[in-house]
Amino acid sequence: MQKILIIGATSAIAEATARLFAARGDRMHLLARNHERLETMAKDLKIRGAESVTFDAFDVNDFDRHPALLDAASVVMEGIDIALIAHGTLPDQKACEADFLWTLKEVNTNAVGTISLLTDLANRFERKQQGVIAVISSVAGDRGRQSNYVYGAAKAAITVFLQGLRNRLHKSGVKVLTIKPGFVDTPMTADFPKGLLWAQPERIAKDILKAISASRDVVYTPWFWWPVMVLIRSIPEPIFKRLSL
Amino acid sequence: MKLTSWGRYPVIESEIQAPVTPSELRSRFTAAASIPCIPRGTGRSYGDSALAPHAISSRFLNHITGFDETTGVLRCGAGVTLAELLDLFVPRGWFLYSTPGTKLISVGGAIASDVHGKSHHLEGCFSNNIIELTLMLGDGEIVSCSSETHPELFHATCGGMGLTGVILDATFKLRPIKSAHIRETTFKAHNLDEALTLIEAHEDTTYSVAWIDCLSTGSRLGRSLLMTGEFIEDGRLDLKRGQPLAVPFDMPGFLLNRYTVTAFNTVYYHRVRQDRSEHIIHFDPFFYPLDSIHDWNRIYGKGGFTQYQFVIPKEAGREGMAAILSRIAESGRGSFLAVLKAFGKGNDNYLSFPMEGYTLALDFKIDQGLFPFLAELDHIVLDYGGRLYLSKDVRMSESTFKRGYPQWEAFQEVRHRYGADRVFRSLQSDRLGL
Ligand SMILES: Cc1cc2nc3c(=O)[nH]c(=O)nc-3n(C[C@H](O)[C@H](O)[C@H](O)COP(=O)(O)OP(=O)(O)OC[C@H]3O[C@@H](n4cnc5c(N)ncnc54)[C@H](O)[C@@H]3O)c2cc1C
Ligand SMILES: NC(=O)c1ccc[n+]([C@@H]2O[C@H](COP(=O)([O-])OP(=O)(O)OC[C@H]3O[C@@H](n4cnc5c(N)ncnc54)[C@H](OP(=O)(O)O)[C@@H]3O)[C@@H](O)[C@H]2O)c1
Repeated sequence: MQKILIIGATSAIAEATARLFAARGDRMHLLARNHERLETMAKDLKIRGAESVTFDAFDVNDFDRHPALLDAASVVMEGIDIALIAHGTLPDQKACEADFLWTLKEVNTNAVGTISLLTDLANRFERKQQGVIAVISSVAGDRGRQSNYVYGAAKAAITVFLQGLRNRLHKSGVKVLTIKPGFVDTPMTADFPKGLLWAQPERIAKDILKAISASRDVVYTPWFWWPVMVLIRSIPEPIFKRLSL
Repeated sequence: MKLTSWGRYPVIESEIQAPVTPSELRSRFTAAASIPCIPRGTGRSYGDSALAPHAISSRFLNHITGFDETTGVLRCGAGVTLAELLDLFVPRGWFLYSTPGTKLISVGGAIASDVHGKSHHLEGCFSNNIIELTLMLGDGEIVSCSSETHPELFHATCGGMGLTGVILDATFKLRPIKSAHIRETTFKAHNLDEALTLIEAHEDTTYSVAWIDCLSTGSRLGRSLLMTGEFIEDGRLDLKRGQPLAVPFDMPGFLLNRYTVTAFNTVYYHRVRQDRSEHIIHFDPFFYPLDSIHDWNRIYGKGGFTQYQFVIPKEAGREGMAAILSRIAESGRGSFLAVLKAFGKGNDNYLSFPMEGYTLALDFKIDQGLFPFLAELDHIVLDYGGRLYLSKDVRMSESTFKRGYPQWEAFQEVRHRYGADRVFRSLQSDRLGL
């Protein structure tokens, strides 16, 4: 039995992963904004086999609340073995271009809030000399594109932050996993036409579980996004800037 | 986006909303001008029941919110699939009371089509074990209904093809089992008469269904294999593991013709040598043989296919069935999967399909001459007092529907009373004049 904290727990990807944890009989504490969803999800995970499930509603932008929320999580579960951070929003790129306040809000949700949580979690795990920190970043953070560079920049910040954190925590035996999904069919992407490259959240969840068990550092999911991103990163900037991506 | 159902015909442009909570869904209906829409589960209905320019997917209403280990009473969201329930509950000793020939359907879809399974003759439809369901009406109000509270809404919703509102969740009973395995007995029937006699002789067995070769004629008309089954009690509550096979692309439609199908049917029939054989089989291949081949609907090619499923009353049985089978055999229109079953008594749901009698289901590749041919069959079915299953239908006429479902007016009245008739509409309901 593992004690797992899931932040942004109601995300489709996080929930699919939580169901796999439940099937193993893990203990979970869930954090997300929507109380109605958390309540339903907690009941469901319990019936699916979780040892116990507790939750708190919070907005990741209330940075001041983070330490108290993490304390509470640690108290109810009697410790935290794995922290999975999954919350996120897909910014309206055009709105962000027109108004910096939009950008600020999105960067706060997708990067600053995560960094605040990571700062606190890292210190807790470092003191205990163990644990896994798994964070959902995105392939979008591998290269900026005109269609979603605000989101991409926030994810890139997380990716780099995690690289440093992994480097720092390596000697303490704390594992840091960066998860980079490609296109996933979830509420976040409801308005996109879906094609061959799209994956279901259950598929991503399986990869996350495997990557955690195998103590991986970085995982692209589904796997084919790794060669795709190698290719995209290799296009020289003078050419890349002309593409309509 | 492009939307179609299991028969892959028709394909339409549709906007799909997949609410994550009932509250999110409600805001759609309380908006000033709410656009007509149809609820949708996993799209395993064959025709146009779950098709409309605007659809509401139940995929995220997929939580199990209650389970009583002692009584087997379960409460879950409409988007939970039967497959998920089996994965979770078979190892704990529970099965479904009524299950169709695929487990890849949603609970909402099972209710809206009031699905039947191999045990219908003894246990009735899916609705038979529902204790209560919650429905969101066209104005966003949430109502609980059962055979006691708002009974008319309950009876309109079970079998109501999504036309009364969005089913949010349901509470129903599971069946206790002591094994995941079934003792299956296969009987060979050399013609229709033998088949119907055998079915009657085994009506006390819980599960019973016959595969029928609908291309054989003359003295072999209606030759079939009757498969009956009963759960055993050996304590093994295992799940079948293993990746399903897949049909990776659309097969060219011409591969399916009367010669290939005749060959297949002949081999299938003669594979069974004795008149009676028995073996133990896992519930998965027993109930869901086709689920092990992903996207098998692609073998019918790009143009799609349909299933023609009708029921005729018991009195009309032998004669009616023989008349229809002769007409099909004569046409040479092949069908791999012709399934014959005896139904028990019908229920109080206005549009529920089963009635006491015999049902036959056949798959047909869609081509030019098909619909006129099926219209001919419609006449024979109606003349014998029968009707067609809405969940498989993509083409029956308004008058065929109204003759087959005499309670359609009572259904419409309830729908109107609850303000559903202007809000919930599908391609099918428009075609059928509902
Ligand atoms: C291989 C195969 C075998 C089958 N065998 C059988 C069988 O043996 N017996 C049998 O009875 N059927 C059988 N069926 C048919 C199938 O069980 C039904 O069509 C079922 O309704 C499909 O459920 P779904 O979740 O895919 O619903 P969909 O196809 O998405 O929708 C079907 C209908 O249900 C309505 N609906 C769906 N969800 C909701 C909701 N939440 N609220 C309100 N209305 C809703 C839709 O509006 C639509 O009218 C079979 C189908 C296949 C593909
Ligand atoms: N979908 C994709 O294609 C894709 C691709 C790559 C990466 N990702 C990443 O994967 C992760 C999961 O996304 P998903 O696709 O599963 O999306 P999702 O289902 O839309 O989930 C997003 C979750 O984030 C939570 N959230 C949003 N804003 C929040 C806030 N201010 N405070 C607290 N919680 C907040 C939401 O919780 P509430 O509902 O409770 O508000 C929601 O459950 C995200 O980090 C996303 O960026 C997704």
